This record gives sequence, structure tokens and C-alpha cells, in this order.
Amino acid sequence: MSAESKSAFASRKGWSHKRNQLFTMIVWAVGICTILFICGLLFLILQKGLPKLSLDFLYGLPSEIDPGGGIGPTLFNSFYVLIISLLISIPLGMSAGIYLAEFAPDNTFIGFVRICVEGLASVPSIIFGLFGIAIFVEVFQVGLTILGGAVSLAFLNLPVLTRVTEEAIRAVPSEMKNASFALGGTHLQTIRRVLIPVALNGIITGICLVAGRAFGESAVIILTAGVSTSGEMWDFSLFSPGATLAVHLWYVQSEAIVPDAAEIADKAAAVLVFVVLLINVLFRLPLLLHVRRTR
Amino acid sequence: MLDVKASSGGGVAGELGRSLHTRSGRSFDRRTRLSFYNRTFKVICIASAIFVCLILFSILFLMGRTGMLTFNEVSVAEFFFSTEWVPENEQYGALVFISGTFVLTALTMLISVPISVLVAVFLAEMSPRWLRTLLRPVLDLLVGIPSVVYGFLGMTILIPVLRDITGTNIGDGLLAAAIVLTIMVLPTISRISDDAITAVPKKYRDASYALGASRFQTIVKVVLPAARSGIMYAGILGMARAIGETMAVVMVIGNTPQLASALFQPTAVLTSNIVMQIANVPFDSTWNYALYMMGFLLLLISLLMIVAIRMLQRKGAVS
Repeated sequence: MSAESKSAFASRKGWSHKRNQLFTMIVWAVGICTILFICGLLFLILQKGLPKLSLDFLYGLPSEIDPGGGIGPTLFNSFYVLIISLLISIPLGMSAGIYLAEFAPDNTFIGFVRICVEGLASVPSIIFGLFGIAIFVEVFQVGLTILGGAVSLAFLNLPVLTRVTEEAIRAVPSEMKNASFALGGTHLQTIRRVLIPVALNGIITGICLVAGRAFGESAVIILTAGVSTSGEMWDFSLFSPGATLAVHLWYVQSEAIVPDAAEIADKAAAVLVFVVLLINVLFRLPLLLHVRRTR
Repeated sequence: MLDVKASSGGGVAGELGRSLHTRSGRSFDRRTRLSFYNRTFKVICIASAIFVCLILFSILFLMGRTGMLTFNEVSVAEFFFSTEWVPENEQYGALVFISGTFVLTALTMLISVPISVLVAVFLAEMSPRWLRTLLRPVLDLLVGIPSVVYGFLGMTILIPVLRDITGTNIGDGLLAAAIVLTIMVLPTISRISDDAITAVPKKYRDASYALGASRFQTIVKVVLPAARSGIMYAGILGMARAIGETMAVVMVIGNTPQLASALFQPTAVLTSNIVMQIANVPFDSTWNYALYMMGFLLLLISLLMIVAIRMLQRKGAVS
């Protein structure tokens, strides 16, 4: 090999080496900065709101005019709506998922059903809100209620739960299923005693995802449950207006005329983020530990 | 894993033992009962699967029917091509909102996709193992942060900053909305792209390194093309989320029905217009029908995206 080509080769190698280093640096910088930036924002919310929290605020009634209003009823509504919507969507979503994973024949019709589920999962949340108005306000004439909000939220969450369940059950090794059949278990017994317990990890992760989403969802609730509350604590009536915490945060920040709106919004945002993180962490932590132990 | 297997095996064995035990008297009973349970369970499952489909169709039907009523009073051309949205004067031109939605989504994608792919490359290829196991759950958590919180952040932090930069007292508009949406969809896109990149077989990288390629060349010329369909899938999912996002956008876009000619001009998109006006209009008015028509458009766009994803996946499966 001549000296010329060697040097050409060397210079190309040097340039390539530099480019490689530059690329590595850019990727590191962008990766770290982006993630730190987003986490920093969340930290900022928590840090601005959490220290100022008091029991009065968490428990107190919201006020329209005087400063010092709390978020009691909205916080309660958030959990109430969340629980009702989960009560509706978990059984429906799980059984639909089980059907798709276990019983469904592999034909074009089922393929079509899958596309429907996937399509429904991508429908923007505001559409569910419009749908909820059309059903509950127009057809049933009940107005803006907790029930309407919860059912619309349940519809929003159904397809996600269906898909998560289907995927989790499909991921169960077929040896386990076959072993259950070989022991004489019926299909229902196999599903109940083998498939669901094994797939539980995935299913619970999905439920957390859905619960967090439902807790923070605001567009659906604004349209179907309104922006006001009944104004009293522990109102279990399904037919009272049910603004949730997320809606209240929006309302206070952009519509309300309370003098301390900014402070209420700070604190409400902190509570919202805190609860969503709590839902995700609390439910997943035992599962993570469990996986690590059994591995 | 193992203990679950053992316990469930034990459960089935228990059933079996009982069935042997009661064989003489009630075995027939038990069998009919079990098959009855089985059949009922299957029927329930089928019913819920059908119910899920039914929801989609009733939404499509209801939105479509209510939306179509718009055209009794407003011509199709006016709805789609007029920029005059003055419902008080019976003028229902939705072009402002339609174009607003498309421009905003395009802008969001323009900012978020490159950053997300870099973050995904960082997670999948470059970060040390401990950092990866730390950051992946963090990103998963970020996906779950409510959109109204991002809107709140945009309103309280981003807009004052933008005001300082431009030197005017207008901060809300397309750019603010696009930045907020970027922060929102970034975790989604990066996590899915990250999975796609991780799924590229190691032998591709080995082959590339064996040919003397640097890491930059390997990633740009081998790994990213191999993960292309997964990254596109992530992009479309992020886009669907950006198009349908309501609250985060409402809080920062300014909600003025005018065509945005600059990045810092208040404007409106389909979702923000629906949510701001729907509460104030009676159900059987053209105004309301027009809002439903806008919702129907959103629905069609999001369903089209699902079809695009399906086609992408089929192509990926064939090649």
C-alpha cells in the first residue's frame, strides 16, 4: 500500500472519528437535557405547591369570590368518578380482552373487531365528551352529572383495557395453559386460575395507566360533568354536577375571578401530579419487587 | 413466575381431587355446571367485545348524523373554505380551525420527532445500563402526567418567557401550543422509538462494526433504518395525541378564531374551539351542529391514522 492512500485513509478515519464523537456528545446532551428538563418542570410544580398545602385546603369548599377556597369536593369527585368509571370499564374491558385473546377465531371479522378496538383507543378524548353530551344531556335529559362523566370516562378507557388484557394474556407461555388443560381444567378454570394470575402483572400495569389517565382527564369531564360542584363535601349523589380536580385546575387558572387563583392553581396542580404519580408508583412498586424476587 | 405456576397448578389439582371425590353422586351435576359456566362466560366475553365495537359505531353514527345537520343551513363549501367563524351572524366557516389543527400538529412533529429520536437513541444505544433502567420508568411515568398540568405549566411558565423574548404582551399562539404539545408527546414517542431501536437484532450492529463502521455510521445507516417502521409508528401515535389534545392547547393558544399568520398570534384549533363553545349553545342549533361536525372531522382524522398504522405494520410484517 502506498503512502498516499494510507494518509488519505488516515484523514478519513480522523474525520469519521470526530464526527462520531460529536454525534455521541449531541445525543448525550439532548438525552440528558430533555429528560432533566421535563422532570425539572414536574419537580417545580411539586415544589411550588406541596409546601403550602394544608388540610383546610384539601378539605375545604371552593369559593367563587373570597380568597381561601379549598378543593375538597373536587378532589372527592375525582376519586368518585375514577372509581365508578373503573367499576364499569374493568369488567367490560377485561372480558372483551379475554375474548380476543382466548376465544376469538382468527378470521376477517375478528380482524375487523381488532381494528375497531384500536380505532376506539385513538379517538380523541373530546369526542367522548361530545358523545357523552349527546347521550346524557340530550337523550336521557339528565344534564351535566357525575354519572355522565364517569360513563364517558369508562368508554374512553375501555379499548385501552381491552388491548392491555389481550396482550398480557397472549404473552402467557402456552406450556402453562397446556398443563392446566392436561390436568383436566376447563377453559374457564384455565383462564381464572392460570392465565389471569400469570398475566396479572401486565393487567395491573394497564389499569394503573388507565386510572392515572382518568384521574387527570379534563376535556371529557368539562363536557359531561360540568365545571362546578354541588358545593358540599361527601356528596355521593350520581346526579350532581361533578367537576374534578383537573377541571378545577383549568377553571381556576383561566376562568375564575378569585383573588388567590394563582395560589389555588399552584396547589391544585401539585396535588394532581402527586396523586397521579402515587397511583402509578404505589401499584407498580409491589409488582416490580415481586418480579425481581421471583426472577 | 415460578410460584404462580406452582400455586395455580395446585389449584387445578385441588379441583381434580374434588371431582374424583364426588364422582359417584354428583359428577354429572358438576359437569353440566362447569359447561354452563364455561358457556356463560364465553357469551359474556363475546358480548363485551361486541359492546366495545358498538361504542365506536354509535359514536361514528351520532357524530356523523348530528354533524351532517350543519349542511342544512350552511353550504359544504362555506364550512370547509370560509374563514369567517361568526356564529352570531350565522357564519360558520371552519377553515381557521382545520388549518390551525394541521399547522399546529405539523409544527409539533417538526420539533418533537428529532428530539424524541435522539432521546431514544440515547436510551437504547448509548446510556449505561443503570441509567437506562432508571430513565425508562421515569419516561413511563411522564406519559401519564395529565394534559391539564402541561397546559398549566405553559400558561404560568412558558408564556411569560415568550413574552419576554418577543418583547410584546402577546405570548400565546401557535408556538406556545407547539412547545407544550412537544413536551407532552415527547415521552410517548421516545419510549416507543426506544423499544423499536432496542428490538433491532444485535447481529446487524455486529455486522456493521465488523465492516469498520463507527458508532455514528452504525446508528444512522443501520440501526435507524432497521427501526424505521417502529419509529414511524411512534410518530403517528404522537401525532394522534397532538391532534386530539384539548386542554393543554386551550390554555395556551389564545382562542381567537383568526388565521395565524405568525407564530405569536392567538388562534384556535378544532379541539379548543369545541371545548370553549359547546357549553354555551343549545343542542339543536346550527352552531352546535357545526361543532359536532368539527368533532366528526377529528374523529375521521384519528381513524385514518389508525388505518395508516395498520398498513405500516403489515408492510413491516411482509418485508
